[in-house]
Amino acid sequence: MSSAGLNFSPAEWTAIFLSLRVATVGALASLPLAIAVAWLLARRRFPGKSLFNALVHLPLVMPPVVTGWLLLIGFGRQGVFGHAFEACCGLTFSFRWTGAALAAAVMGFPLMVRTIRLSLETVDARLEQAAQTLGAPSWFVFLTITLPLAAPGIIAGLILGFAKAIGEFGATITFVANIPGQTQTIATAIYSATQDPNGGDTTWRLTGVAIAIAVLALFASEALAARVVKREAEP
Amino acid sequence: MIEIAVEHAQGDFTIEAGIRASGRVLALCGPSGAGKTTLLDIIAGLRRPRHARIAFDDVVFVDSERGLDVPARLRRIGYIFQEPRLFPHLSVAHNLTYGARFASRGPSLVGFAEVVALLGIEPLLSRGTSRLSGGEKQRVAIGRALLSNPRVLLMDEPLTAIDDARRQDILALIETLRDAFAIPIIFVSHRASEVERLASDIAEFERGRLVALRDSRASS
Repeated sequence: MSSAGLNFSPAEWTAIFLSLRVATVGALASLPLAIAVAWLLARRRFPGKSLFNALVHLPLVMPPVVTGWLLLIGFGRQGVFGHAFEACCGLTFSFRWTGAALAAAVMGFPLMVRTIRLSLETVDARLEQAAQTLGAPSWFVFLTITLPLAAPGIIAGLILGFAKAIGEFGATITFVANIPGQTQTIATAIYSATQDPNGGDTTWRLTGVAIAIAVLALFASEALAARVVKREAEP
Repeated sequence: MIEIAVEHAQGDFTIEAGIRASGRVLALCGPSGAGKTTLLDIIAGLRRPRHARIAFDDVVFVDSERGLDVPARLRRIGYIFQEPRLFPHLSVAHNLTYGARFASRGPSLVGFAEVVALLGIEPLLSRGTSRLSGGEKQRVAIGRALLSNPRVLLMDEPLTAIDDARRQDILALIETLRDAFAIPIIFVSHRASEVERLASDIAEFERGRLVALRDSRASS
């Protein structure tokens, strides 16, 4: 690293904060749906389940640029969903940070669902039966037995979704481009810096931030999961 | 009157039973794998039988002929499972009161303090469930079922892990429930002494089939 050292430029700070915002909103907003989908896959049998499962996992295996392009088609201003969101709640996705959050949510979704599904599958169904015989309706059993027991996996899934969102590149740049201050995240800012002959310092600084966030997220996930497990063992 | 007519297939295992017992307490006996626990699960509404009629006096839980099948949570059955099935993330006290909020209808069978004293679980109330002994867990499970104010009690070898002195107390409590509250009880037991003491009717099972049904009061 040269003389610029750790002096982050305003544009770099903007990219860092935008990334955190995009990843936090993307992961939190998709969590309820991820839990619902994971529960369907873990606990319910229905026709077309394997097709549904494949659809959920598609963003994991499809080229991110394809996902980004499909988002552009569906959630751009002219897209069916994009138009509907704009009409109903004034929410615009294309070329806005909200679009980056949507791209991050879609890309992180399969990882969240997978992790949450695994933890739901480890919850002993016999405990849920016991709660049923005590008179509890299904939603109450889910909220008071299933969710708390699956909490470590849900937290892990949330943080995994967050970390994936921080690193998201292909779908984001395709859907919302790479506009400094608007849609430029850490990943797309690093890409821009690598294209710039004078971007070496920026690349290094943002790379360091990206690694730090990833490491912190993993530690936080481990620590939270351990705490929940401990609380379960000795409340 | 306990009325249980069940026809149920699970893989290549089938259960067929037709029981009409006039007494209050029915014991299910037979070797392991005879289908006793499966039958209790069906009565509790945790398994859906192919064809059945299950009724306690005028309360009908299942009547396939009429397309009636009351969901498990509405049957108000106190089910004491073979393993305690305590909720591991809740304290003993919260386990005990879990069902109470859904049991508002009708007069309570027994009060919280009474159950806690009788089962000797007062010192455990604020504790988690993971460090309880097998017997302590089972006592909490019995308390939890009783405090849900059940109108039928199902017990699957509930006293196996419990020491002799405590066993006598719990048997006395079950007798009280039977005599004072007239609550129907169906239990699985391998102990002849328990069966003799509690049961008014005894159903013997072998490989899913009812092979004998006798009135214990008549034979003794």
